[in-house]
Amino acid sequence: MTNSAAVKADEIELQLFLEAIYRRYHYDFRGYSRASIKRRLLLARERMGCPTFSALQERVLYDATVLPQLLDYLTVQVSDMFRDPGYFLALREQVIPHLRTYPSLKVWVAGCSSGEELYSLAILFREEGLESRTMFYATDINAGALAKAEAGIYDLQRLALFTRNHNLAGGKGSLSDYYTAAYGAARLDKTLRRRTVFSDHSLVSDAVFAEVHLVSCRNVLIYFDRPLQDRAVGLFKAALVRKGFLGVGARESLRFNAHAETFAQVLSGERIYQKRGDV
Amino acid sequence: MSVLPLDNVLRDIHAVVIGASAGAIAALSRLLPPLAPDCALPILVAVHVPADRPNNIPALLQTRCRVRIKEAEDKEPILPGTMYFAPPDYHLLVERDHRLSLSNEEPVNYSRPSIDVLFESAAEAYGRTLLAIILSGANEDGAKGARAVSEAGGLVAVQSPDSADARLMPEAALAACPDARPMSLAALSELLCTYGGRVRC
Repeated sequence: MTNSAAVKADEIELQLFLEAIYRRYHYDFRGYSRASIKRRLLLARERMGCPTFSALQERVLYDATVLPQLLDYLTVQVSDMFRDPGYFLALREQVIPHLRTYPSLKVWVAGCSSGEELYSLAILFREEGLESRTMFYATDINAGALAKAEAGIYDLQRLALFTRNHNLAGGKGSLSDYYTAAYGAARLDKTLRRRTVFSDHSLVSDAVFAEVHLVSCRNVLIYFDRPLQDRAVGLFKAALVRKGFLGVGARESLRFNAHAETFAQVLSGERIYQKRGDV
Repeated sequence: MSVLPLDNVLRDIHAVVIGASAGAIAALSRLLPPLAPDCALPILVAVHVPADRPNNIPALLQTRCRVRIKEAEDKEPILPGTMYFAPPDYHLLVERDHRLSLSNEEPVNYSRPSIDVLFESAAEAYGRTLLAIILSGANEDGAKGARAVSEAGGLVAVQSPDSADARLMPEAALAACPDARPMSLAALSELLCTYGGRVRC
């Protein structure tokens, strides 16, 4: 069936490369979806002028300054504010009414990358009058992405899409109320992040750090293989309060997950789950 | 025209990948209906579709086809007799354990899903047991992927540019891939049925 007699050289190299990054720098990509990570590392290899993964490995092992550059390839940073507006509309209409019943709230944006999703939620919670009782945790493994998230500055050209999304998400008022434009950039109102803690956290190797009412983790799980997806969702399960909510990406589901039984789907269209009350 | 590969020996094929863009619906509507419902192959399809609305091609084709057609889900095991479409705004990749992965990475050739991304990962996973088909399209996505399939020992077949609504994609694939053969849709359909193990054409 498979031509498994000889493992291809670059497969061996790739495995060793991921092992090397883990042992030298404690970044663990060994459980990431292999097809996608290989593709991105081939790109990194080409752009960094290394003929093989072994050459790339030697470079990063002996020169730690290469690591941040490499992390930008290993982690995918593609997002928009209010991406998939239906998700935010569903949060607004179906989830916020439940959250309103709590005197204080904690929200975990897991794999927040450069912050688009965090600010979308912060705006949503402000519009719904919940901001003052909510604490946000925005976590990622990429320090560069976290710094961008904390800065909250986006290319002005992207704002037309963000604005359209915000409207479709049932936005109250105009998105322009939340940013100032200057020199081709939009700087988000810094009070939007005054209730946010930005932190380095790995879904692969770190533990739960707080009890939360909502986890939003979108287009992160698709980069994990099945066992790692189980681990990540296990963390969410442990972090969530009884009947807490978990939002995942438009094309992600818990269908093949070990913890599928723990969650009930809130809406069939949007991928929002609720932790069952009896677990 | 013979539907067999150049050496006239029926190869051991375990999966099919199909890429198309402009003219995709017309081509797929002629290519797929003859396939029997118990087709022994999984078929993975990347068609360029708008990112911001649902893709109605799978539902449309399902009314005309007997194989099961669905949108691919992340980490879904690949099953024979099933056709999986890349969802809008996501790349579709094949893992070595023959599960599907979705990815939100940057567009490739201005496209997400990209045919190159699907074909290159499928070539890794299936090697010489893969059949790749490039249909009508108006950009060059798929050419690199077709080449990767060919280099991994797989078979590449291309809709003849003259028969395609848009000829650029088939032409680019043929140029990138010297082993690839231009074929009519009828011949491609017959090829597919032959490898599917249930000749009904």
